[in-house]
Amino acid sequence: MEAEDLGLPPKGGMDLPEDGVDPPEQKISPGCTETGEDELIVALDKQVELSAAQNNGPLSVADGKVDVQEELSEAREESSEKDLSDSASTDNTLEDSCEFSRPLVMGGGPSEEEEVAAQPRPATHRDEDVTAESWRAHRKHVFVLSEAGKPIYSRYGNEEALSSTMGVMMALVSFIQSGDNSIRSIYSDDRKLVFVQQGPLVLVSVSSTLQSEQQLRQELLYVYDQIISMLTQASITRIFERKKNYDLRRLLTGSEKILDRLLNLVESDPCFLLGAVRCLPLQPPLRDSLGSLLQKAITPNLVFSILVARSQLVTTVQEKTVIDDCRLEPTDLHLLLNLIGATSAFQTGEIWTPICLPRFNPDCYFYAYISYLDADCTVCLILLSTDKESFYSVSDCKKRIEEGMRTQNYLQALSSGLKSPSYSVGMVGAPDLRHFIYKPLDIPDNYRQLPQFTSPELEGPYCSESERHRLFDLYHYLHSRIHSTLRPLRLIYHVAEKETLLAWVTSKFELYTCFSPLVTKAGAINILTKLLRWIKKEEDRLFIRYPPKYSTTPNPGKGSKGVRTDGAENGFFGGL
Amino acid sequence: MAQRTGWTEQASSCRDASCPKGSSHIFKVVLLGSSSVGKTSLAYRYVKKDFQDSLPTVGCSFFNQCVTLDAATIKLEIWDTAGQEKYHSVCHLYYRGANAALLVYDITKKESLEKAKVWLSELEKEFLQDEIIIILVGNKLDLSEEREVTVQEAKEFAKTKCILHMETSAKSDVQVTELFMTLACELLKRKEEQLQATHWKKSRINLQETTSHRAKCCQI
Ligand SMILES: Nc1nc2c(ncn2[C@@H]2O[C@H](COP(=O)(O)OP(=O)(O)O)[C@@H](O)[C@H]2O)c(=O)[nH]1
Ligand SMILES: [Mg+2]
Repeated sequence: MEAEDLGLPPKGGMDLPEDGVDPPEQKISPGCTETGEDELIVALDKQVELSAAQNNGPLSVADGKVDVQEELSEAREESSEKDLSDSASTDNTLEDSCEFSRPLVMGGGPSEEEEVAAQPRPATHRDEDVTAESWRAHRKHVFVLSEAGKPIYSRYGNEEALSSTMGVMMALVSFIQSGDNSIRSIYSDDRKLVFVQQGPLVLVSVSSTLQSEQQLRQELLYVYDQIISMLTQASITRIFERKKNYDLRRLLTGSEKILDRLLNLVESDPCFLLGAVRCLPLQPPLRDSLGSLLQKAITPNLVFSILVARSQLVTTVQEKTVIDDCRLEPTDLHLLLNLIGATSAFQTGEIWTPICLPRFNPDCYFYAYISYLDADCTVCLILLSTDKESFYSVSDCKKRIEEGMRTQNYLQALSSGLKSPSYSVGMVGAPDLRHFIYKPLDIPDNYRQLPQFTSPELEGPYCSESERHRLFDLYHYLHSRIHSTLRPLRLIYHVAEKETLLAWVTSKFELYTCFSPLVTKAGAINILTKLLRWIKKEEDRLFIRYPPKYSTTPNPGKGSKGVRTDGAENGFFGGL
Repeated sequence: MAQRTGWTEQASSCRDASCPKGSSHIFKVVLLGSSSVGKTSLAYRYVKKDFQDSLPTVGCSFFNQCVTLDAATIKLEIWDTAGQEKYHSVCHLYYRGANAALLVYDITKKESLEKAKVWLSELEKEFLQDEIIIILVGNKLDLSEEREVTVQEAKEFAKTKCILHMETSAKSDVQVTELFMTLACELLKRKEEQLQATHWKKSRINLQETTSHRAKCCQI
């Protein structure tokens, strides 16, 4: 059938077993154990969810669906059998039990990690053998393809080698589309497949993490936005309008590493989950001085000045007209920082590149000036201009900022705050508290500010990658419960296998805490009180409370959202 | 290199401020070539004395390196680019006023040499032959078992185009410093020739438009 037309199998590894390919009928419901102010949680069971309910939809595509999903989960079935015999606690299947003391077991726990690690890793995961078990066993695959089924990106393995798999995915997407539906997700017993279509691009996530569908969808949107940040939505649309089977990789060569890094980050950095930026803890006077330094070093068409240290925000200044219009979105900043983090850093270097801030405006470019101010490439200055000719004048702003920092010794002051990447949870003075994530919702001038959060270093048991993944899986899980569209919760007390967690959202903050496993509920409440008091005391240092602004641009409105550079200016693809 | 004796290099931290003042010449050098041939790696090797496996480039990247050659101090403004279509909007900045271009190809990829030839014809459109110094650079010499482009082939091509040719390895640090030193020497030599020529022409006919153009672009 369609599979044949797409030049499918019969390569090794694409062969499917004849049996065991029933559409998944098992229910998925995270074994959860939360109570909290008499809230009872009903686990959500979803199978194939279509945006418009149509019952014969899922059945009629059963063939294609099973192909894709079986291919990916087949290997896991075998390995999980092995796991079971090794240790019962690494059970991969989640049961729908909500009893209080039952630990939440993460899909693909440590046993999977070990198994993957045991296999010799290829030099880079780009060269991975896509027919190998280890490839299938990855926690989360992400694929990007064009509507014509052309591979654009695969997180693991060479996307070229995966073109038949992607072909199947696209067949699946378009089959359902032909019935005026769109495919959203497929659940199997140990994987979730989530589909997102954005314009001419289709993004697919195949995950064995406990993240909710909504969170996986959010991640795919980050991937999409990162692609947009390099190409703009307008040009992608234009390209595919002109040539349906255009190979977008031509424009993205070298950018795989940027997407790889993004996908590692979204799994381990709460900033993406919370949609908030992490500030470098700093004494307010120093932060203010740095802010006014940025404020002074400006030039026409400069719209944002951003100073970051080790991906933590030191301060940001934006043009007044922009502030009136809208603010810098955390997502845009995260994507920008990810891009910078993934590219070559020269201490003496200056980078000048067009960059789109997708949440600000997906169709136009800013011109980013990027330069490091210190020898270790930790303090990074980013100046965003709307004028592509302004390299030299923006570069001059940097010289002034650098000079100011030198004469005032700000760099030393900053780098003393950088000795340790962040701060220790021990500073709170509550021994049972292992980690927390705190996002204030009562920042002054909140609606014009970047949402922020703070979180200590990961220490103690969360040093290995697998333990970190486990903790973030728990955080993701709590977050999905708090933000569930069907049944949002305000407070969750969750006893997991190796720790106890508490998530709490009020009008003033959103808080996730992780305690040692033996803490009592009363003990946890005590620690919370202590923690909130500590944060209150430290908030001037942990967060940017009053962001500086500037306004000297002779032609106001130039950088604001209302005035856009037109298509001609951005028509880099005129020749296509 | 014959001129090797006389030069010392400044530390990579040399900025405008720390470049010794005085008889310094500033030259703009652009790195050209298709993606993944090792442009960034060459620059990184030269400036940082190191090799990293993963260095994606966005837009234009720009940095300085000072070289002291005999008595003269030379500042090289090195421009590296992603060389992708998506960055073409900022790339005119890139060529503008360049004094030298390193046309990099990968000796294990025939088509990268073809691409370098395309870049060369682009350059020929923008510059007169004596306006810019061009070196054709075959990189990844450490992978010579997988070689697809022979030395002769590249050398012959370079000869027909009157440009220089060298082979390097950014990974194993073969001929990288030499490459930039050769470039610096050529630049200096050309500059001196030009000065003399201008001088000579000034006192004579002074009609050659190209000369004044040339002199201008050396002062960027
Ligand atoms: N074996 C080998 N690999 C190299 C050499 N130079 C660069 N590479 C690799 O080739 C790839 C592309 O290099 P890069 O400098 O990013 O190329 P660019 O796109 O031209 O800037 C990277 O994976 C480098 O590690 C070299 O001299 N030898
Ligand atoms: Mg590069």
